[in-house]
Amino acid sequence: MTVAEGSLVVTDLHVEFDGFVAVDGVSFDAHPGEVRFLIGPNGAGKTTCIDAITGLSRGTGSAKVGDQELLRKPSHKIVRLGVGRTFQTASVFEKLTVLQNLDIAAGLHRSSLSLFRARRGVDPAIDQALDETGLGKERATPAGILSHGQKQWLEIAMLLVQDAKVLLLDEPVAGMSQDERTATGELLGWIAMNRTVVVVEHDMDFMRRFATRVTVLHQGHVLSEGTVSEVQADPRVQAVYLGTAGAAPVTTMSRENN
Amino acid sequence: MTKLRPWLPLIGIGVFAFLLLAVAPLMLSMHWISNLGKYCAWAIAAVGIGLAWGRGGMLVMGQGVFFGLGAYAMAMHLTLETAGPDSLPTFMILYDPLAGLPAFWEPFRSDAFTLLAIVLLPVIVASVLGFALFKRRVKGAYLAILTQALAVALAVLISSTIRETGGDTGLSNFKYFFGFVLNDDGNKIMVYMIAAALLIVCLLVAWQLSRSRFGELLVATRDAEERVRFLGYDPANVKLVAFVIAAVMASIAGAMFVPIVGIITPQEIGASASILMIAGVALGGRASLFGPALGAMAIGWGQSSLASSWPSGWIYILGLTFIGVTLFLPMGLSSLLGKAKDLIWRSRPAPVPATAAAVQTPKEVKK
Amino acid sequence: MDALIPPLLNGTAHGALLLLAALGLTLTFGQMGVINMAHGEFLMAGAFVAYLTQQVISSSDISIPVALPLAFLAAGTLGLLLEISIIQWMYRRPLDTLLVTVGVSLILQQAALQIFPAQGVPVQKPDWLDGQLSILGYEWPLRQLFTIVLAVLCVIALAAWLKYTSFGRRIRATVQNRDLAESSGIPTRSVDRITFFVGSGLAGVAGVAASLIGGTNSQMGAQYIIPAFLVVVAGGIGQIKGAVIAAWVVGVGMAYFADWTTGSLAQVLAFVLVVIFLQFRPQGLFTVRSRGLA
Repeated sequence: MTVAEGSLVVTDLHVEFDGFVAVDGVSFDAHPGEVRFLIGPNGAGKTTCIDAITGLSRGTGSAKVGDQELLRKPSHKIVRLGVGRTFQTASVFEKLTVLQNLDIAAGLHRSSLSLFRARRGVDPAIDQALDETGLGKERATPAGILSHGQKQWLEIAMLLVQDAKVLLLDEPVAGMSQDERTATGELLGWIAMNRTVVVVEHDMDFMRRFATRVTVLHQGHVLSEGTVSEVQADPRVQAVYLGTAGAAPVTTMSRENN
Repeated sequence: MTKLRPWLPLIGIGVFAFLLLAVAPLMLSMHWISNLGKYCAWAIAAVGIGLAWGRGGMLVMGQGVFFGLGAYAMAMHLTLETAGPDSLPTFMILYDPLAGLPAFWEPFRSDAFTLLAIVLLPVIVASVLGFALFKRRVKGAYLAILTQALAVALAVLISSTIRETGGDTGLSNFKYFFGFVLNDDGNKIMVYMIAAALLIVCLLVAWQLSRSRFGELLVATRDAEERVRFLGYDPANVKLVAFVIAAVMASIAGAMFVPIVGIITPQEIGASASILMIAGVALGGRASLFGPALGAMAIGWGQSSLASSWPSGWIYILGLTFIGVTLFLPMGLSSLLGKAKDLIWRSRPAPVPATAAAVQTPKEVKK
Repeated sequence: MDALIPPLLNGTAHGALLLLAALGLTLTFGQMGVINMAHGEFLMAGAFVAYLTQQVISSSDISIPVALPLAFLAAGTLGLLLEISIIQWMYRRPLDTLLVTVGVSLILQQAALQIFPAQGVPVQKPDWLDGQLSILGYEWPLRQLFTIVLAVLCVIALAAWLKYTSFGRRIRATVQNRDLAESSGIPTRSVDRITFFVGSGLAGVAGVAASLIGGTNSQMGAQYIIPAFLVVVAGGIGQIKGAVIAAWVVGVGMAYFADWTTGSLAQVLAFVLVVIFLQFRPQGLFTVRSRGLA
């Protein structure tokens, strides 16, 4: 795979908390044009990887976007390098409207002095993001009263408006209806055309429908990697998911918690 | 009416300016003009606290430090002006007739330096302090206690250096204000007008900041600081800017306090003074535009009128204000006003939370 | 060498007093997340109890030891009243407890001003504290030794109570995970009340010790509250051993500074040092993970 400017390459990531090793030498890469999934049971270390890459936890090893090393940089600088992430609990600014949320997110590329002026007109990038995520009608709605699914889309829209080259999405479809999941999956496919998209997920069905390549994590290390069918056919993955790989319901996966 | 809504605060500021600058000087006695000037000074500090605490979430219980910087800068200048060129202030001669002027006093002979110092000293001190505190993510109650400790430390320092700063008796007996004789009614009104005008300016600054993108960022930092990091901003820097602006406002307040009240002592910058300023902001409504200023003026009025006629009662009222406001009306009296406004404008349909079924899904864009 | 001993002894005594003042505070602040700015006034209440006991029992030899448990009860009761009427609505809202207790502190100060004369009231030292202990050629006032002994006893008693009694376990459970403690059947409400009672009571004990230094007046609470908080924060919120070390370091540090410069400059320097220390270690000396300044 060619390492494009917007590619994310993680090498030997290691994260430890007080002696407990949460992530033990994880390596994977993600490139524009594919929807990359990171799956695994609870406690496998998926979110911890994302935390380490985005500066919320300290990790050793390497995580590079293009040729920029991310590890040990402060979170806000990582964001300015073009890496954006969403959180498991949709975190938007509840008291601000959808438009204000997006406007703040878009401010990344504005000069600091322009911050002291009031908003004048709407950035075309914001209009486009509203369009792509279907939130056009809600632009004046306070983000706090959006539905859960809409909040997730708003988060993604904010990443688009931030011009993130790499999007790390933590369980974006948790709590969504089937229709919403389909819409989200299609949105991700569209976004992935020009950007690198990495999705951390539990939902195997969602993965089967929309993943290009999958990395399976288990207890902090990589168990398997490949396309959906390759991974499903891997006996190690099947062992972890008790032989019902592919159709494994969430409850079976969570039994592997210890 | 909706088109006018964003401009209502500006109109309000205009009305307030008219009342303070045109109506008050014509209708009030000299005694009340001086008092009003004092309230204006406190209101200026309160506007800054409203910005830092109400919008920025930083409860700074030590604004007395910055109030003191501006006040003592101004007081030193006025003392030197009163003493005359190349002369020592009277109190220094009293304590040590042979020693000269302490070095740090000398620059304050100059008008320009004093004015510059009133603005720049708080910027420097607040920047250093704010940087140290916010980078280390000190917030909430710890910030309040640490800044309070700083204010107390400064007051103690000034108390104990009687020869250099006037100590507990403070600095007073000012005769001149930048060339104008202070003991003249016309000039007193002028000093009052300056204070009132500065209050209006600070209100305008607060208004502009609140509607600017920085204002949104500040509110976002207050409500979800970690999330702001993921927008590419360091929340410490956002808070620092608000903190510095509040410090400058407090300093200007202190500077105007001095010629109006005629005296500055460590009492005015220590723990109790800082607490008074907070009380006003809390009472009026810390996150609103006019709340802090009006609340500070109300508390100021209580302080000057009740404190002399009914001192014990006033302290009880102050204490009960803290307790009552925090328990029952945390966002101050202006939140009552907000609720009343909502009742009046009830014809506006409340936004209905979207259900999953009714939600418009992301469009299928061309692949 | 001679010059180094007196500040060490004075400073340890001053540190012991700070520790007594901070002990109850670290309990209520650390264990309950409540910032009680009226804690200084509870200390003042204890000092006034020492005065009142002396009015009743004219022999100062007996009145002071009697005053100790009385002050504990009086201050503890004040704390309990505060908790029941106001604080209980405000757990997990430290900033609000700070503001509310500022109001309470104002009221208590004013009440003291109205009940007792403004210039303060004297408290007589008992005869058995009259005199000095000779250490390395320096005459060490027995009163200071008494403060240290008192502080040590309180620390041991508190630590033992927390560690070995079932009630202490309940407190620790409530601190670590309130919701879990509740669903395990621990009556967190009464745990809170008793913790607040004990924490405030300790302030009362500190007040008795403080009264022996310079009598009592309505402002003495204000003198102790900020240094006490600084000790609590520097030692690590809720950490008893941290408070012990921090109080001792601050006390001794201030004593040495006071020797070199003036007493008030010493206070300023002590404050600056604490802030600088917190720059490097914002969570204080000791910490339970994830609790602290940051």
